[in-house]
Amino acid sequence: MANPQMVMYDEEFKQINSVIEKLLKEANAKVIFLVDKNGQLISGVGETERFDTTSLASLTAGNIAATGGMAKLIGEKEFSILFHEGEKDNLHISIVGGRVILVVLFDSRSSLGLVRLRVKKASDELTIIFGGLLKKAEEKEKSGDTDFPFAEITDDDIDNLFS
Amino acid sequence: MSFINYASREINCKIVYYGPGLCGKTTNLQFVYQKTAPDAKGKMISLATETERTLFFDFLPLALGEIRGFKTRFHLYTVPGQVFYDASRKLILKGVDGVVFVADSQEERMDANIESLENLRVNLQEQGYELDKLPFVVQYNKRDLPSVLPVDNLRKELNPTNVPDFEACATTGEGVFETLKAVAKLILVDLKQGK
Repeated sequence: MANPQMVMYDEEFKQINSVIEKLLKEANAKVIFLVDKNGQLISGVGETERFDTTSLASLTAGNIAATGGMAKLIGEKEFSILFHEGEKDNLHISIVGGRVILVVLFDSRSSLGLVRLRVKKASDELTIIFGGLLKKAEEKEKSGDTDFPFAEITDDDIDNLFS
Repeated sequence: MSFINYASREINCKIVYYGPGLCGKTTNLQFVYQKTAPDAKGKMISLATETERTLFFDFLPLALGEIRGFKTRFHLYTVPGQVFYDASRKLILKGVDGVVFVADSQEERMDANIESLENLRVNLQEQGYELDKLPFVVQYNKRDLPSVLPVDNLRKELNPTNVPDFEACATTGEGVFETLKAVAKLILVDLKQGK
């Protein structure tokens, strides 16, 4: 398969959330969320209820994919940082550890410089956590110890979803 | 690939609707959107031109319910069907868990169907997937139109491996949920087998 399965466990989820919570405070941001490159929302902190984070996640991934395609066409590996400036709110989008997208939404209470600085530090921490997560998932898969809840689903379970 | 979150007890899967231009991919999603209860769906996003041709993709998140305590979510995407949007189509296939090929049943669109299916195969290979190993279903759309080919002819060309296939009329919704259900089921069975 093209990519290993993305799996998230409690322990890493907490670690990740504490990193982005800290980033939220230090960068004076409104919302921060993490998205898988395939468009799946991993986690979000801040005023998330004010925004449609599922749609934002999907469009962010599309955005990163499109700019990645542009990068390849001009001979770059990727564009690792994108910045969108609005009248009030701005988006800082960056790729973490080659696989995950970190999105920071901020307004005039913060600044691009501050966000960039804090994102850099948080990215290093997140890269380590996601690296460990990937290894853990691979090891679990190798040892066959997946404790995967779907191994025991029945056809009835699946049919019930559509009833 | 599906994303399994043990922390929030969620499973997210990605389904892509593929097919030639104007075959009805977006119409499929629109019908699903209209007929789904508000609490089970998110906003439908369409990145389209002013003439309503899909420019990048349509996106519809669906929450189907729980299996064994895990919320099961499907993210439905369409690709732009027009030939020259190939670069965009490749991007949307990233991380796909299941594919629906929407064929236009009209006789004059047969070549476009075949070209699009071949394009799907090639683009999947570029991402490291094989169509024959993915959850895959075929929909013969526009069965209500006068110049349609018999299903057997379409099947011979577009579904030689005999994956589940369905006749549909996406504007009235006929066959739309049957198609979605079939691909979702194949994805869940794959997950069950730990693929």
